[in-house]
Amino acid sequence: MTSQPIDEPIRVVDRRPVEWLPYLLSLPALLVCIGILIPFVTALYYSALRFRLNLPALKGFIWFGNYINLLYDAEFWNTVSISLRYTALTVGVELVFGLIIALLLQRQTRLNNLISVLLLLPLMTAPAIASLMWKLMTNPNFGILSYLVSLAGVSDFGWASSPSTALFTVVLVDVWVYTPFMMVLLLAGLRSLPQQPFEAAALDGVPRLFVFFRITLPMLSPYIITASLFRLLDAIQQFDIVYAMTQGGPGNTLLVFQVRAYLEFYQYTNVGKSAALLVVLWMITYVLSHFFIKNWLRLRERSHASA
Amino acid sequence: MERSSIIERVLRAVLLTLIVIFFLFPIVWILLMSFQTNEQILRIPPSLSFVPTLENYKALISGHLLTSAGSLDIAFMRNLGNSVLLSTCAVVLALILGVPAAYAFARFKFWLSEDIAFTLLSFRFAPPLLVLLPLSLYFQDLGLVDTYVGLIWVYQLIALPLILWIVRGYFEDISPDIENAYRIAGHSWLRTFFKIAVPLAGPGIAAAGLLSFIFCWNNFVFALVLASADKQPVTVGALAFVTASGIQYGQVAAAIVLSVTPTLLLALYAQRWLVEGLSLGAVKG
Repeated sequence: MTSQPIDEPIRVVDRRPVEWLPYLLSLPALLVCIGILIPFVTALYYSALRFRLNLPALKGFIWFGNYINLLYDAEFWNTVSISLRYTALTVGVELVFGLIIALLLQRQTRLNNLISVLLLLPLMTAPAIASLMWKLMTNPNFGILSYLVSLAGVSDFGWASSPSTALFTVVLVDVWVYTPFMMVLLLAGLRSLPQQPFEAAALDGVPRLFVFFRITLPMLSPYIITASLFRLLDAIQQFDIVYAMTQGGPGNTLLVFQVRAYLEFYQYTNVGKSAALLVVLWMITYVLSHFFIKNWLRLRERSHASA
Repeated sequence: MERSSIIERVLRAVLLTLIVIFFLFPIVWILLMSFQTNEQILRIPPSLSFVPTLENYKALISGHLLTSAGSLDIAFMRNLGNSVLLSTCAVVLALILGVPAAYAFARFKFWLSEDIAFTLLSFRFAPPLLVLLPLSLYFQDLGLVDTYVGLIWVYQLIALPLILWIVRGYFEDISPDIENAYRIAGHSWLRTFFKIAVPLAGPGIAAAGLLSFIFCWNNFVFALVLASADKQPVTVGALAFVTASGIQYGQVAAAIVLSVTPTLLLALYAQRWLVEGLSLGAVKG
């Protein structure tokens, strides 16, 4: 390496990378993008077709026919209602539960850190496998939870196999898997808050509840909003847990969007209707993800500014 | 905080104990079940006194299950191998595609750069079946149905956004001055990338790789729709295994234990990066 004399101007000829370089670097990612956009556009096209795999002769373009049929289909509204209930229940419970756990673990002690790591394990279990675990525990013949419930005097608690308790059971599994997600994001948020307002409040003897609602919650809100939107986006599309636990049953009690679309495709081979259902779901998630990305970007900028 | 009363401390301890029991009991219980025979599992009331047996694991590894209905051959080990192969290849491919792109997005503003980055991010939040169901028809036409290649490509939907956005954050945190200095010293752009940028972003690249491995491993719906029977990973295989008739419950438990052990161990190892990975790089732990 030759060092240049200081007064000699540095040559800038090839310092800037060639202009096509960024394109070359991002080309593979772009190709993957295009590769995914093709089936996406195909799905949009299918949703405008009368298209049943078992009746290929009837295939034809019907514009918004599938969507209009959905509007008059009571089953569709059942799907909307069950998906919304599932989403509201899981995200609501997980948020409250996750916030409580995060507050309990806020202080950095060795025990708290150990607990917060151990609580991550459910989240790292595949949701489909987690469902199997709960299936074994709620089995009517030998399931430990069935036994515990029977000790409490309820002998015919049906868990996932009874229409009255199926929603409760899948929500329970979802809460078990995803509460740690809320916990871990909110805990990171809590620990990153500036300490001065809390110290000042403690000096002034401000009551704890007042501190929580007037200082902690407002300061934590970007984390709460981002984590909740994240979970909302996932919960409204939940497939793994519902499919592995009950395949949408018993009856039509748990036919959430994606499970219904899956069955519509494979059981009834109605490709057009299945695609229309998924496009409706996509429009919901698209709107949600718009809000999500805005919040997410703000949080991202903040964490990089402080790093 | 400091002057918490005794009542408060007791309450806190009780709450934390309940929380730990709720979240860890299922894992511990299934682990215990996997060392029991069917007779022990079916005891009422359930009892913790049993002589641990390895029969369930032996049966899974040998692939021959003795059931009440006779002998049954299963390919659970093959599922496990598929999971390893699919997740590893998917992550390696995603790193090869994603790290240079992350660098480009972090260093240069160019035409469509943000659009591509956000399109990739939005894939993470679109309903997977919307893409998977048409894809399953395309795969039949393209002859990709019975291959690993098709699955590995589709797994990019999980791994690529994660890698792109985490690694991009790491590149943005490195001052470009270091790279410029190295380039002024006469080194090529490529050399700067490999000698300076990649090593400095190393922790981020490792974190993103580990996390995408976990998420690929845990994925269920992609393989359910696209994989033929002999290409299925454990998530799909375990479910098929349970619905097979006359299965021994201890063997189901053992299959569950084998399916989750790799990700749980990796998660414990990678736990300091989990916050960042779970938030797609928005929150630092």
